[in-house]
Amino acid sequence: MGLVTPDFGLIFWMTVSFLLVLFILKKYAWKPILKMLKEREDSIDEALKSAELAKDEMARLKSDNEKIMQEARGEREKLLRDAREVKEKILADAKVEAKIEGDKMINSAKAQIESEKLAALTEIKEQVISLSVDIAEKIIKDSLDSDKKQKEYTEKLLKDIDLN
Amino acid sequence: MSHSSKLIRVIFLSFFAVLFSSAVYSQHNDKAAEAEKELNPGELIMEHISDAYSWHIMTVGEHHIEIPLPVILYSKYSGFHVFMSSKFHYGEKSYKNFKIAEGKENPLKGKIVESVNGKDIRPIDISITKNTLSLFISIILIFWLFISIAKSYKKRRGKAPKGIQSAIEPLIIFIRDDVAKSSIGEKKYMKYLPYLLSIFFFIFFNNLFGIIPIFPGGANLMGNIAITMVLALFTFVITTFSGNKHYWIDIFNTPGVPWWLKLPIPLLPFVEFTGIFIKPFVLMIRLFANMLAGHIVALGFFMLIFIFGAMGGAIAGYGGAIFSVAFTIFLSLLELLVAFIQAYVFTLLSALYFGMATEEHH
Repeated sequence: MGLVTPDFGLIFWMTVSFLLVLFILKKYAWKPILKMLKEREDSIDEALKSAELAKDEMARLKSDNEKIMQEARGEREKLLRDAREVKEKILADAKVEAKIEGDKMINSAKAQIESEKLAALTEIKEQVISLSVDIAEKIIKDSLDSDKKQKEYTEKLLKDIDLN
Repeated sequence: MSHSSKLIRVIFLSFFAVLFSSAVYSQHNDKAAEAEKELNPGELIMEHISDAYSWHIMTVGEHHIEIPLPVILYSKYSGFHVFMSSKFHYGEKSYKNFKIAEGKENPLKGKIVESVNGKDIRPIDISITKNTLSLFISIILIFWLFISIAKSYKKRRGKAPKGIQSAIEPLIIFIRDDVAKSSIGEKKYMKYLPYLLSIFFFIFFNNLFGIIPIFPGGANLMGNIAITMVLALFTFVITTFSGNKHYWIDIFNTPGVPWWLKLPIPLLPFVEFTGIFIKPFVLMIRLFANMLAGHIVALGFFMLIFIFGAMGGAIAGYGGAIFSVAFTIFLSLLELLVAFIQAYVFTLLSALYFGMATEEHH
């Protein structure tokens, strides 16, 4: 019977002590411990969440970079193409210009040659005329001794001298 | 790496404690047996697991080594009395009209009684007994331990736990998440958590102190029905006072059962109503019986040494000692496990009762 009969003294002390245990542990142990545990768990959660965010941000930045690179590459391509076009255009223009200029020069050279030739011809003609006149004068002076001869000769000369 | 070395250290220390315990048990009982000449294992075991007015450490020859404890009495006939238990001279003498009752069939055996007109009457007795002192010592240790842990939480705010803090933290989180939160629910568990943590660590540490065989451990505190009764009463009172409307409706008008179980004879309400008291009663008995049985069986294996010794002489005693010590080591290790399991079961069931009392129906 002794073992299963609760003793009043022990019940009394146990009740008093256990109330004390509950009160003191609650106030000085569980409250701070549970608070700190919660705080720490929250901060770990927070840290994990912000790490996740940073990861997303990184991925976003990376894709942004990729996009910028892509754009830059496109821009360069376009610039190169434009430059090539401009170059070709300039070249073509230059060719046309050169051709026109050349033609112009050739034409003017031709015109000059023509006029020079004309001038030369005119001079030659004049010289020929004066020579002819001189010759004729000499011949006439020589052969116009006889009228007949004079006449024959003149005709013969006139026959020979054809105006070119 | 350090984790496993810590584990090894714990195991080693447990072994050491158990071996040491064996040595002390053995020495003690040996001397006691010699002094008494006649071996009475049952009585010796009872002596070990019962409460006492003094803390007996050992008996060397005829000389008792024990710590006298204060006796506090109130008698209707002679008023208040406060004196040390050493006045009884180990129960051999009476002091004033008080004495420690004896006799095999006496229900008051081992308790202080007052002789009034030739009759033994039990006064109101709030003496600091062996169990009471053990209770005080364990409470002081628990206070010291948990307040220092709380301090290291404050000091190492937001950092990883360290030292004893990291040994206790998993248990606190275990009680919080797997006992309180899962039994009571997310919304209300914080209200009951301090109580649940307190009973868990109180029972667990006192169970462990009970395994340590020498002073200040060794008192059979959790194997004492008065202690478990108070704990169960706390759970009972908290459950009853936090019971909401649904809790009482479930008891007196249980939904979902045939009406003829409730009318005209309120069979089910009666069963449910008795359940309110049976639940804490079972809590009390379970913890008490488990811890008591552990102590009795461990001591029983030990007594085998002296039984063999008495029957077959010293050689049989020493031979038996090998097996007895091995068994006692095994049982003490088992007790370590039981110390945790019983604390856990008590806490879990308390949490379940609180959960039932505060459950919201939809």
